[in-house]
Amino acid sequence: MTRKLEVVATGALALVEDLGRPGLAATGVGRSGAADRGALRLANRLVANPEGAAGIEVVFGGLAVRAHGLLTVALSGAPAPADVDGTPVGHHALVTLHPGQVLRLGVPPTGLRTYLAVRGGIAVDPVLGSRSTDILSGLGPEKLTPGTMLPIGTEPDALPLIDVAPVALPTGDEVVLRAVAGPRAEFFTDVGALARTSWTASSRSDRVGMRLEGDPLERADSGELPSEGIIRGSVQVPPGGEPVLFLADHPVTGGYPVAAVVLDADVDRAAQVRPGQHVRFVLVPPPWQENP
Amino acid sequence: MKVLPCGDSGLLVEVDGLPEVLALADAVRAAPPAGVLDVVSAARTVLLCVEPGTDLTEVRRAVLDLDVGAGAGLSDGERVEIEVVYDGPDLEEVGELTGLGADGVVAAHTGTPWRAAFGGFAPGFAYLVGGDPRLEVPRRQVSRTSVPPGSVGLAGEFSGVYPRSSPGGWQLIGRTHAELWNIDRGALLQPGCTVEFKAVR
Repeated sequence: MTRKLEVVATGALALVEDLGRPGLAATGVGRSGAADRGALRLANRLVANPEGAAGIEVVFGGLAVRAHGLLTVALSGAPAPADVDGTPVGHHALVTLHPGQVLRLGVPPTGLRTYLAVRGGIAVDPVLGSRSTDILSGLGPEKLTPGTMLPIGTEPDALPLIDVAPVALPTGDEVVLRAVAGPRAEFFTDVGALARTSWTASSRSDRVGMRLEGDPLERADSGELPSEGIIRGSVQVPPGGEPVLFLADHPVTGGYPVAAVVLDADVDRAAQVRPGQHVRFVLVPPPWQENP
Repeated sequence: MKVLPCGDSGLLVEVDGLPEVLALADAVRAAPPAGVLDVVSAARTVLLCVEPGTDLTEVRRAVLDLDVGAGAGLSDGERVEIEVVYDGPDLEEVGELTGLGADGVVAAHTGTPWRAAFGGFAPGFAYLVGGDPRLEVPRRQVSRTSVPPGSVGLAGEFSGVYPRSSPGGWQLIGRTHAELWNIDRGALLQPGCTVEFKAVR
């Protein structure tokens, strides 16, 4: 019998995501992929999948899925309380779903995005080499809706090695993100103000970017900047002065100056920031030398 | 050539202008430094995105050591003809801005072949350069929240065709039924290709 995962409920938003589509930015296709890549990788490692297998990214819990066939799954990221047919199951742990059983996620007390990996991976058809949904460009699978049947791939030869991974959970306190002053830091009177302000994540945040509210950054140079390439983690500042921290589905190019770029490892933590949560930047030196 | 910081997973290389951008991007693609995943050209910059953990000091050195052909520019690419109905909402205004009148704009837009310089903005969108310099117009003061797919626009030194409905601030002079993007083939207009616009109806 073909193994499948039936979507019973989705919560606010549930998407299929893997590690995205690198190498296509020159034709306007961004990388996309899991917003918290580390969490997806961990969930995949727990079920002994390749790290880049497709899983489900759930915003604010609320997902419910029914197993068709015997499935081994693991949850990671935001610690949404979970149960199988009413019996609580662990986070960062192996969970077995027998045919017909339903796994339900509640609302996570901290963090924003929970990942569900299934041993064998979600096997929807890839688009341009990836099963990720890119909400900006509209590429990849449709967002999940109740009734969707997700095919599950063949189980890998490797077997799970551990039952539980003891890793830190996303914090509910102020999130500190390390950033390097950006390529256009000189467009601002004082880029250090970015690090002195306690920013608040706006409810208008999504996978494209986290919008921040706080004391606007002041522009030193109001000149126009020709559009240029944007990298995940870029802190772009539109004319209003309130930054946007670009996440997984960021545009390939942008026309507003980038004041700072968050370190790659910290972008995953940024993806777990909830609306209303506080964010602080710490400026660190660039990780390369002028004259090695 | 100036290398600007972009966190720990990229470098933004700034050069003098478009010919230098195209030459640099060609040189990077011909001999990509270890760890480079993506090369994003724009009007004056080339962004290199690298695999996490890549030594950016090495990538930076490799870029500065590249033999960038002086203004080698665009390699000769495929020729693509795009049929356009010139009835865009900004055609009259572009006619006034340029002093060419609506008919003059159509003649200028179809009279000189364009070249696809680089992508960005949306899947399948290509920034076209090398057209009639009299068509250089500023972006609209207020951008539209929704531009219909197939819209043919002008902005600065560029022309372009919107592959799908999106917000946009370009001056719209016409529309086409050409399929600029599909997921099996990718982009119709690849960097380097020659684009000729043809007025229909």
